[in-house]
Formats: sequence, C-alpha cells, structure tokens
Amino acid sequence: MEKKTPFAERKSHSEPGPGDGGRTGSWRVLRPIIDPEKCIPAKTNKKACFACWLYCPDGVITKTLLPAIDYEYCKGCGICAEECPSGAITMVEETLLIMEEEK
Amino acid sequence: MTAKTTILNLTDEEFVHPGNRACSGCGLSIIYRTALKALGRDTILVVPPSCLTVLQGLYPVAATQLPSLNVTFASTAAAATGVLGALRAQGREKTTVAAWAGDGGTADIGLQALSGACERGENFIFFCYDNEAYMNTGVQRSGTTPQHVLTTTTPISGKPQKKKDVPAIMAAHGLDYIATASAAYPIDLYDKTIKAKTFTGPRYLHIHTPCPAGWGFLPQMTVKIGRLAVETGLFDLYEIENGRFRLTGQSAKMLGKKRLPVGDYFKTQSRFKALTDAHIEEIQQDVDRKWNAYENNDSPR
Repeated sequence: MEKKTPFAERKSHSEPGPGDGGRTGSWRVLRPIIDPEKCIPAKTNKKACFACWLYCPDGVITKTLLPAIDYEYCKGCGICAEECPSGAITMVEETLLIMEEEK
Repeated sequence: MTAKTTILNLTDEEFVHPGNRACSGCGLSIIYRTALKALGRDTILVVPPSCLTVLQGLYPVAATQLPSLNVTFASTAAAATGVLGALRAQGREKTTVAAWAGDGGTADIGLQALSGACERGENFIFFCYDNEAYMNTGVQRSGTTPQHVLTTTTPISGKPQKKKDVPAIMAAHGLDYIATASAAYPIDLYDKTIKAKTFTGPRYLHIHTPCPAGWGFLPQMTVKIGRLAVETGLFDLYEIENGRFRLTGQSAKMLGKKRLPVGDYFKTQSRFKALTDAHIEEIQQDVDRKWNAYENNDSPR
C-alpha cells in the first residue's frame, strides 16, 4: 500500500523563479530604448540618477553605468521613459522593431 | 541614524522575480519591490487574496523570493498572529512578520482581525496598499474608494460615500508606529519600513498605490499620478510615532506653500468622470480645511 503523506505536509508549495506569468516581454506594445548619449550615468561615467531602476515596477532595469533592460520580461509600461530626467529613454513601436529584426 | 537613503545607496538586491502576473505599470509592483528590500531576507509574509496574490504567482512558480503564506481574506492579521506564535515556539523571535493586504483586505473584510491583533499587541508590520477599490476582481467599490468615483459597482454617478480613513482608525488603537507612503515616493517608503522595523508591537503602513487599469490612465503615468495626489494635498505623507503626528517628505515640504488645485488630479483619470464642478469645489474646500489644520499645527487627528 502506498504510504500516506501526513496531512500537515500536504500543502501547495511554490518555488521562487522568474516568469511565472510567462515571457511577459510579449505583452509589450512599445519598447523602451536608452540613448547612451543622453543617459546621465552613461554620459558622465559616474554612478548617478538611476531613476529608471528605482521606478521600474518589474525590476528589469540594471543599476549599471549604462542601464540595461531585460526585454524578455519588460512589460513596456513606459514609466522609465516618463521618469527619465534627461529624456534618454524613448518608447519605440514594437512591431516596427520586430519587422526590422526579421529583415 | 545611518546615512540618508538615496537611489545610489539603495540595495540592488531584488526580492521579486520579473515576469510576474502584475499588470503593466502596476503601482503595487513598485512598492512591493522597494519595501521587501527594507524588510530583508529574514521575513515571513502573510497575504490574503488581493492583487498581491496574483503578483506573487500561481502554483508552482512564485515571484516572491521570501516565504509567504496565502490565507483567507478575513484572516490576515489573525494568521500573522499564528505565524508569530509558531516562531515563538521555535525561538525565532528575530524574524519579521509582515502582513500585506489590499484596501479591501484591510479596511473592509480584514478590519476585524486587524483590530483584534492590534488590540492584543501582536508583533507584526501590517502593510495596506490602497489602490482604492477591489482591483484584482474587476474594480468593485471598497471602503477606501473616494467619493464620486466610478467603479463597476457604482457605474453611473459614482460612489456616494466618502473614503474611510484607515490610518486614523489604526491611530485610535494607540499603535507606536503608523505611517502613510506612496508608490510615487519609494525612498520615503523604504525609510518608513526601516523605521517600522525598529519598533515592536503592531505597526501599520498605509500606501497609496495608483492602478492604471482600475483608475483609467495610461500605464506610464503611474508615478506621475501618485505624485499629483500628494502635490494636490489629497493624500498626505505622514507618520505617527508614539502618538506624535508629523508630516514627512513631500507633504512636509508643502506646508505653507500653494498646493496644486485638486481638479488637476481628477482630470488625469477616467474614474473621476462623474465629478461635477460643484463636487470639485466641495473637495477643494475639504482639502483646504485639512491643510489649514496642518499649518496651524492643529492635527486633524
């Protein structure tokens, strides 16, 4: 006979990991693109600003001198572009970029 | 006190995985990410059904890296009490227990358990993220939905009643630490969470959380709208420490200065479409009265 698990151990238990909602990057309509000429930490080569990193709801922007965006999971909300004090982030139509990449 | 928290010295260790189910531009994601940095690894979360359950992930993948107990809607604070009891039995009294509930899970359904736990003096931090309606089930009105706001259960002329002031209810329990924060000011929230950790007994944080889907604005405006709510004086950032009321951050800076008219905030969201000019005038007078009291050092609480 199969051994029964004690009741206390019969629970639904999730393990942490990215992407429980799938590749949320596919939700994106507009893609944020950072211009290194305008981005304050990239331009001055000093740790500064990082407003995009602070406000990104999904934590997909790195706190590096030129912040990098994880497009696998970026949902394309555009908060980073809206909050960037130097206007270094532009939101570009995702379909145009995909068409260009496929060329 | 240690050095002032800035974006530069805020830890880049993340406790929430990307690719979770939260909507694009979610205000809750911003505060959850930031407050978990302040709570640290030695924390157990207690979460009732809410948008946060959605964000935390469905079985078998969890977006949160901290242990988190999902409990029934009405029992958040009672379940947190149980977790505290279990930790006490194991001799792990240093572990922080943080309950995270939405406004429905705090102000309406969870209020009785919360009030009971606060009266007993249980040692936990209760976070209420206030997105001003039952967002995860499809924008139904809650106790903290402001007056005249359109929701799916008040679809024509908006909610007739006024917003319930939950921090004031919690203040009436005589807690040692109560604070309000906003998704538009994550550093302020971080500092208040760190401060809350230095107290023992029940502590309460009320966080204003803009919701693009439920409030009717574009997802990129989340932070701007949160900021506007504070700058118009509609939502105030304050803390009540051992019974002493004090405005903080942006709200403290606004004392004695001209505030933006409340109409500027209402224009930005489609949920305020039912507001008439007379309503706006009335709300402006309420806000002015509240701020007059602040400026004359005569706490309205």
